[in-house]
Amino acid sequence: MKYVDEFRDGALARTIAANIFRAARPDREYRFMEFCGGHTHAIFRYGVTGLLPVRVRMIHGPGCPVCVLPIGRIDLAIGLALERDVLLCSYGDMLRVPASGGRSLLQAKARGADVRMVYSVADALGLARRHPDRQVVFFAIGFETTTPPTAVAVLQAAAEQLGNFSVLCNHVLTPAAMHAILSQPGGAAIDGFVGPAHVSTVIGSAPYEPFPRDYGKPVVIAGFEPLDVMQAILLLLRQVNEGRAEVENEFVRAVTRHGNRKAQALMENVFELRPDFEWRGLGTLPNSALRLRPRYAAFDAEARFGLEARPVADHKACECAAILRGVKRPQDCKIFGSACTPDNPVGSCMVSSEGACAAHYSYGRFADREAATA
Amino acid sequence: MCLALPVRVEQILSGERAVVDIGGVRKEISLALVDGIELGDYVILHVGYALARLDPEEAQRTLDLFAALEQEAPS
Ligand code: SF4
Repeated sequence: MKYVDEFRDGALARTIAANIFRAARPDREYRFMEFCGGHTHAIFRYGVTGLLPVRVRMIHGPGCPVCVLPIGRIDLAIGLALERDVLLCSYGDMLRVPASGGRSLLQAKARGADVRMVYSVADALGLARRHPDRQVVFFAIGFETTTPPTAVAVLQAAAEQLGNFSVLCNHVLTPAAMHAILSQPGGAAIDGFVGPAHVSTVIGSAPYEPFPRDYGKPVVIAGFEPLDVMQAILLLLRQVNEGRAEVENEFVRAVTRHGNRKAQALMENVFELRPDFEWRGLGTLPNSALRLRPRYAAFDAEARFGLEARPVADHKACECAAILRGVKRPQDCKIFGSACTPDNPVGSCMVSSEGACAAHYSYGRFADREAATA
Repeated sequence: MCLALPVRVEQILSGERAVVDIGGVRKEISLALVDGIELGDYVILHVGYALARLDPEEAQRTLDLFAALEQEAPS
C-alpha cells in the first residue's frame, strides 16, 4: 500500500538504526514515552525495540482510549444495555473490557442485551434511523481522533431530529493526559515524548508547545509506521544530546502547526470541557474530557437517562494504573500471561491491540525470554 | 482502534462522501471533516471519516530524510 510500505522498508530501518546507535551516548540511558497505543503497537509488531540500543528505553504511555476508561464509565454502558433496554453500540474493543464484577458489554450481550459493535459512529446513526422504536445509544470513546466524527453524528441527529439517538460521551483530551504524566509527584522519569500521529492531524502541533517550555521535555510528533517512530527516536536523541527541548514534527505529511480547523470547529460547536473526569491510572483530572453542550442535551445519554458514574476500584492484582502512568511494565504484573491473557483479559490494557499488555503478550514475550537467556 | 490508514480517493459522491481504495477494497467514507479533497488525493481514514489530506511532497521529503541521514557525520 502506498504511504505504508515505504515507511516499513527494512533497508531504511537499518540506516535509521545505525544513526540511532551513533547518536545514543554510551555513558547514559534514555527513556522516551510513546504516548499513543498506536505507536506501542507499531513498536512491538515491527520489533523496533530490537533495533534500539539497550540504553534507549521506550516507556508505554496512556494513549489508548480503551485502556484509560475507568470501570465506573463502562458500568454505565452495561447498566443501560441490561436495565434500560437500549440498543447500545460502540467500537469493538470496548465490548470486551471487564467492568464491575468482571462483567463486560459482551457478557451483557450474551445475557440478552442488545449490544452491537460498530466500525463508525455513522453506523450507529444508521441503526437509529432503522429502529425508530428503539433508543440507540452510542458509547463514544477516544481521543481527538474519534471526537470530530462523534460531533458530526450529533449535528446530523439534530438536523434530522432523530429523537431516539444519544451519545454516552467519554471523549478525552491528549494534552491533559501528557500534563498529568509530567506533573506526577517526583516528576516523570522520561526524557521526552514520541507525540501522537492522528490526534495531531486534528489538533496540530501547537498544543504540545507548553511541554518543552514548562517541563523541559522534547516532543516529536511521529507517524504510525515503524520508520516514523524510529526517526522520531533519533530526533529525540539529538534534542537530548544537544540540551534542546522543542516540538518537532516528523509527520509533516499530515500534521500542521494548527491542525484541522474544520474538525476543531465542529468539536467546539458540539462539546464543552467537563470540569473533571476520572481516568484509569491517572486519577481525576481537571479539564481533561468533553461532554455535549447543553444545546445538544437531547442527544446526551447522561442527561436522557439520568446517569452518574461511580468510581470503582480496579482488580486487585491488575497493574494497569501504574502501567498507564509509565511507572511499571506489563511483565511486572503478577498475573500477566497467566490469569490475564487477550482471550481472558482481567484489565483494560490486555484488551485492545494498542494496550501495552496485549501488545507485549502478542509480540514481546519471546523477545523478553531471549533477552533473559542471552 | 486508533489505527488509521492512508487511502486513495477514487470517486467523490454527493453529501460529503467518497469512495476510497483500501489496498484493493473499495469503501465509502465521509469527507465531512476535510475541505477541498480531490479525486486521486490520499487521505487518512479513521473510523469511516477522512481526518486529513496527505501531502505527497512532504511524504517524499520525509523518506529522503530517512535515507539522506546515512551520509551525515556523527554529531
Ligand atoms: S496483565 Fe492484565 S491484569 Fe496485569 S496489568 Fe496487564 S491488563 Fe492488568
